[in-house]
Amino acid sequence: MNQSQTAKSMTHGEAGLTTVFAVSALVCLFAAAKALDSAFAFHASLASAASLWALFAIVNRYQDRPAALPPQEINGRPNYNMGPIKFAAVASVFWGIAGFAVGLIIACQLAWPALNFDLAWISFGRLRPLHTSAVIFAFGGNVLIATSFYVVQKTCRARLAGDLAPWFVVLGYNFFILIAGTGYLLGVTQSKEYAEPEWYADHWLTIVWVVYLLVFLMTLVKRKEPHIFVANWFYLAFIVTIAVLHLGNNPALPVSVFGSKSYIAWGGVQDAMFQWWYGHNAVGFFLTAGFLAIMYYFIPKRAERPIYSYRLSIIHFWALIFLYIWAGPHHLHYTALPDWAQTLGMTFSIMLWMPSWGGMINGLMTLSGAWDKLRTDPVLRMLVVSVAFYGMSTFEGPLMSIKVVNSLSHYTDWTIGHVHAGALGWVGFVSFGALYCLVPWLWERKGLYSLKLVNWHFWIATIGIVLYISAMWVSGILQGLMWRAYTSLGFLEYSFIETVEAMHPFYIIRAAGGGLFLIGSLIMAYNLWMTVRVGEAEVQAPAALQPAE
Amino acid sequence: MSFWTRHQIFEKNSIVLIAGILVVVAIGGLVEITPLFYLKSTIEKVDGIRPYTPLELTGRNVYVREGCYLCHSQMIRPLRDEVERYGHFSLAAESMYDHPFQWGSKRTGPDLARVGAKYSDEWHVTHLVNPRSIVPQSVMPGYPFLAQTEVDVAGMADHLRTSRMVGVPYSDDQIANAVADLKAQADPDNPGVDAFTKRYPKAVARNFDGKGGIPTEMDALVAYLQMLGTLVDFKLYNEKANLR
Repeated sequence: MNQSQTAKSMTHGEAGLTTVFAVSALVCLFAAAKALDSAFAFHASLASAASLWALFAIVNRYQDRPAALPPQEINGRPNYNMGPIKFAAVASVFWGIAGFAVGLIIACQLAWPALNFDLAWISFGRLRPLHTSAVIFAFGGNVLIATSFYVVQKTCRARLAGDLAPWFVVLGYNFFILIAGTGYLLGVTQSKEYAEPEWYADHWLTIVWVVYLLVFLMTLVKRKEPHIFVANWFYLAFIVTIAVLHLGNNPALPVSVFGSKSYIAWGGVQDAMFQWWYGHNAVGFFLTAGFLAIMYYFIPKRAERPIYSYRLSIIHFWALIFLYIWAGPHHLHYTALPDWAQTLGMTFSIMLWMPSWGGMINGLMTLSGAWDKLRTDPVLRMLVVSVAFYGMSTFEGPLMSIKVVNSLSHYTDWTIGHVHAGALGWVGFVSFGALYCLVPWLWERKGLYSLKLVNWHFWIATIGIVLYISAMWVSGILQGLMWRAYTSLGFLEYSFIETVEAMHPFYIIRAAGGGLFLIGSLIMAYNLWMTVRVGEAEVQAPAALQPAE
Repeated sequence: MSFWTRHQIFEKNSIVLIAGILVVVAIGGLVEITPLFYLKSTIEKVDGIRPYTPLELTGRNVYVREGCYLCHSQMIRPLRDEVERYGHFSLAAESMYDHPFQWGSKRTGPDLARVGAKYSDEWHVTHLVNPRSIVPQSVMPGYPFLAQTEVDVAGMADHLRTSRMVGVPYSDDQIANAVADLKAQADPDNPGVDAFTKRYPKAVARNFDGKGGIPTEMDALVAYLQMLGTLVDFKLYNEKANLR
């Protein structure tokens, strides 16, 4: 068929989305005019402007594009859709640096409280959710979207489902980040940790997430391979479960549809349980299942070895997703949550150690016969060390979920240290490793601009992590012990403020560690930028020689 | 057919895989969460627990907005040192009207579940404006802007109405008089104080921020802090009634 002769017309998606965005621009403008508070007015205006932009972008694209949409295959090879992935990869580097920088600022605020400057919008209480959301959802989320869209196409040997949908997911998700982040600075929060965005941001995220699920699922459905690759099980579990958690934790009733404030449907104990069912599984499915998917694709690929054990991956996949859901109550030990629920949470948390290490073993043993590459390839080293950190923090987690240990560790910096062992060591490093692989592939470069810089990044960041987590171990255990210390006469030995004072040196060390981690990420950004700008282009393999399926 | 061959049904069919994932992740949550809506220990009724007054609720919203929960817990665990430091361990009933809960997860500062009536209003105002003027080693941010920000009273009735829809038992009377009650509680000379204390028994009307005029967010926050943990009289509280 001669494509140039087909009459050009708008697809259903283009026509539909144009209408939706036109309506949305008007509705949001109206909401901005009627807004009860300035934060809501600001967000409604942003949404209106974004809708207008989307409208123009779609119309523009329609005018510039040829009559036929990009083909599914070119000369028998899948015509992969890389545009949205490139955007998400760039966004993840940007948000990563922003999130690490805000982390450094709040670490300094804890060491030197004058840095709060008595200003509402940069005080610790508002910047802390900005930090956690920026690193988890903005940095981590963009890495997950980028890699999942890449991996699902490559392992299904099919072009990403949908025409505008993948772009809608990537841009829509980043718009959610923008709304959430600016909201925190303006004091818009529902105070549920890692689920702080208010009702309207939650609604928007729900829409984006459902489209994400559909794009991913429909790409799986049209795959050319009989088997669904392991990494895709983990991505799918991550996307589906995050949707369930988001819906379960966030039902809220706005005070007015023209205001930012809402009241959450759950109260007291029930709200606490929903929150930590959500909170712990944000760790389990966002920060673990999603990033295990990255491990399952990028480590075998980089090491050029098959996955160590397919059967282990089956067992550890189902065990991991089944057990994780139960672990939430370990955040509520000794609280007003019933004892049986706490005990269940603890028991399942301890059992969770096994599938976690199953994943670690599968990742590490994939290097069998390729261990020598650790000496020459700093990217692979970063990936492998991330798995080691995963193993370490998934041992520490079950340990801390034991009630007696938790009675000491809870409410202290030990928790913060544990989280960062996982976040910086596991999530951070596996993401950096994936980005170092992904950027040359996406921009069709022979390799990275400089492996030496990767080496620098690796060592500077590793030293940063070690400083960070050891400072938090010491300060956490020290503070926990000081709180429960008694004198020989049976009085509490320390006032609360004495325990705060004792934290000061460790807070400085922690800030230094965070600073090093930030420097490492800046080195990465430079390296990736130079890879795209001056990297040597990869020679295209001749396309016509592929045999038909 | 071996287990590994059977498993192929998940590996070869994306819809079966997604259904399997949904079933497997649903179980834990259902078992742990559902009973909390009917078990006695989690829906216990304890004498003295009442919904927040409009001023306290406003203060609570400031507490939420400024992220106080990120450094202060409101959950005293039944451990010797905590009970001695902070008071009686927290009851489920004490947060039953909390939408959202504020138990917190970190104590960069001390627990606040029973901070009410421990310090004077003036102490709180001075401390909130500049924590280091009272506690030199403190790392808490200062909140001087609260004293300059007047409470937006207009939508108060809507806040109570919305709270009622999610399960807080505000009466029609309380909702209708939300604005009047808010103003009365921050001004002991207000003629509406008597009606206010009738609607919220044992609630205290004071000039919390020490300044006249329209209530400020400082009034609201201090009113909230001063009632925390004071609702239950533990001299009269019967522990056995809600044995868990």
